[in-house]
Amino acid sequence: MRNRVSLNLHIPQPKHRPGEKAEFSYVLVPKAGIVERPASDAKAQDITSLAYSLIRVLDDEGRAVGPWNPKLDPETLRKGLRAMMLTRAYDDRMFRAQRHGKISFYMKSTGEEATSVAYALALEHEDMCFPSYRQQGLLIARGYPIFDMMCQCYSNARDPLKGRQLPIMYCSRKDGFFTISGNLGTQFPQAVGWALASAYKGDDRIAVSWIGEGATAEGDFHHALNFASIYRAPVILNVVNNQWAISSFQGIAGGEESTFAARAIGYGLPGLRVDGNDFLAVYAAAQWASERARANHGATLIELFTYRVEGHSTSDDPGRYRPADEGKAWPLGDPIERLKRHLIGLGEWSEAQHETLATEIAELVRETQREAEAIGTMEGGARPPLGTMFEDVFKDMPWHLRAQRKQAGA
Amino acid sequence: MPAMNMIQALNSALDAMLERDPNVLIFGEDVGYFGGVFRVTDGLQKKHGVTRCFDAPIGEGGIIATAIGMGVYGLRPVVEIQFADYIYPGYDQIVSEMARIRYRSAGDFYVPITIRTPYGGGIFGGQTHSQSPEALFTHVAGLTTVIPSNPHDAKGLLISAIESDDPVIFLEPKRIYNGPFDGHHDKPVEPWAKHPLSDVPEGHYTVPLGKAAIVREGADVTVLVYGTMVHVALAAAKESGVDAEVVDLRTLIPVDIETIVASVEKTGRCIIAHEATLTSGFGAELCALVQEHCFYHLEAPIERVAGWDTPYPHVFEWDYFPGPKRIADAMLRAMEA
Ligand SMILES: Cc1ncc(C[n+]2csc(CCOP(=O)(O)OP(=O)(O)O)c2C)c(N)n1
Repeated sequence: MRNRVSLNLHIPQPKHRPGEKAEFSYVLVPKAGIVERPASDAKAQDITSLAYSLIRVLDDEGRAVGPWNPKLDPETLRKGLRAMMLTRAYDDRMFRAQRHGKISFYMKSTGEEATSVAYALALEHEDMCFPSYRQQGLLIARGYPIFDMMCQCYSNARDPLKGRQLPIMYCSRKDGFFTISGNLGTQFPQAVGWALASAYKGDDRIAVSWIGEGATAEGDFHHALNFASIYRAPVILNVVNNQWAISSFQGIAGGEESTFAARAIGYGLPGLRVDGNDFLAVYAAAQWASERARANHGATLIELFTYRVEGHSTSDDPGRYRPADEGKAWPLGDPIERLKRHLIGLGEWSEAQHETLATEIAELVRETQREAEAIGTMEGGARPPLGTMFEDVFKDMPWHLRAQRKQAGA
Repeated sequence: MPAMNMIQALNSALDAMLERDPNVLIFGEDVGYFGGVFRVTDGLQKKHGVTRCFDAPIGEGGIIATAIGMGVYGLRPVVEIQFADYIYPGYDQIVSEMARIRYRSAGDFYVPITIRTPYGGGIFGGQTHSQSPEALFTHVAGLTTVIPSNPHDAKGLLISAIESDDPVIFLEPKRIYNGPFDGHHDKPVEPWAKHPLSDVPEGHYTVPLGKAAIVREGADVTVLVYGTMVHVALAAAKESGVDAEVVDLRTLIPVDIETIVASVEKTGRCIIAHEATLTSGFGAELCALVQEHCFYHLEAPIERVAGWDTPYPHVFEWDYFPGPKRIADAMLRAMEA
């Protein structure tokens, strides 16, 4: 039968634009502790509701409640808090370095620190991470020196990547941190491949990857889920849904009619939707999924529901496309504040201790920055030798690159 | 006529086409409400409505494939790929589909779409915001590849591209969006307003596809360039004192062979410069064409000045970029030969 109604083209729109008052009444925030925790070997088809709920452990009073409470010892909690605070202080410092013309570009992870730091603590150091560009918290929590990170941003003579990469595109094989690509989404199926290799070799390490909700629109996201499902890959696949992809709200990535966790269902994978600003909930989800992967039950897709507090990068001005007060209206709070409150509630932390730690971290970051800048910044100082530009294109330099190196005067 | 920079000129072309042809529509990452990360679509959604200029999901394969579907229906979509470095997820749709649909359907279907994308280095963008992938398109049968070098041409060529019944890859040299950067990165760039080619007519006009422009007449050596390198070559001519004829190709495929041959026959010398990596770059094609058409007029070997065969390095941007000094040296070598 012919359709006599004229068709019309639907273009998703965010609820609020600049000049309007921000509110998130459309974001359903279930009470902490109410989502059940199935066994980590549950069949994916039996736990599909987890893809539509929101796993939360920390309640409004900062207590850890419900079956997902990972019951961490205070030492681990303080470690997580410190790594998140260091990540934030580091971000602030490097953002300012860009404003001063000392680095070319920067991207902060403010408000999203738990999505990487909790993972670093929940995983084994040997597990392999395939991050996007907003997981600096992983490196910091794994103890990678912030001095090396800074030198990478300054592209100076001590930059481990020899000045080749844009700031924040870190890499450290020994810390299980795969070289970051500027091309969105590519890491997701690569993580699946790494996990398959680990399975092939009878290894016991798993792989973990992160992708922004915006980048889930790339084909690579779907390749990852499909291959992970088919070969039951020991991998954890995280979608960091921070609501914005530069100026595009999550509806443009397909979040209007479903959740990102629910993408798992069609592929026969478990999908968990998690409060990404709740350190304990992220930890617990990571633990569940790694238990599952380590026991040969395969992959999990986890949506970490969070908010991009700052602009996309130093090139961005979010005031152009979202209400200025949107961050204040965000209903899931701040991951550092929430964990701090929890620790204080346990009697394992205090405002005074917190302040001391903040001062100590600020001093550490400032001092390290001084050392890194003494070597060189984008404004001047020591750079890697010019000839290194021609290295590592191939393992052995072919004749034409040797000739070009000479022509370049190196 | 108002003075426009390249961004305003491109915006004006899109505006004129949205106004004139209801089958034209624009989509791409961040191009809707926000107006694009380089502001090329600024204000177009507000003026023409959300279905005429809207945001796309971050999936270049999807963007190009859906544009093909729309084009086959009869629309003239103009899609933006945020950086040329991010076009590769759509490459299969470009090479295997878009470029060949007219051919494989014996003209039954065709794809009148335009893919706009900023390319080139000079903004400290590292290896994924700096590439010049033009040769990946010129090598594919069925693709028209266009690169403007100034606001006037940018608008006229973009309108021609949108009106073309064949698919066009429209590469925008982002380093000259705001001014005719000539490779002297340590000096401030003059704004376009001071350049005569920033006089951009309002409304509709075209600059024909397939036609080069001689931007500097000269007797001694022909320099074949496009995009940012046009301005670098002009600086090199000035600084070397060589009376160079600078040819701005504007369209790479189909290339304006008549203009190239006439110029090289006149000067007897030829230098080709591009920012893209040397090996298998478009310069290799130009070199072969000049050799085939002008061999008996050549008084010196043809020289290519190009990016080194490495990924674009972040900190060594200016050691990588083929600046005026390298082109001037090549001119002097050609004169000595
Ligand atoms: C293949 C590809 N297309 C486009 C871009 C340009 N780009 C960089 S970041 C970004 C937005 C990503 O948003 P999301 O995935 O949600 O991650 P977030 O930045 O919010 O962490 C875009 C479009 C890119 N880097 N790679």
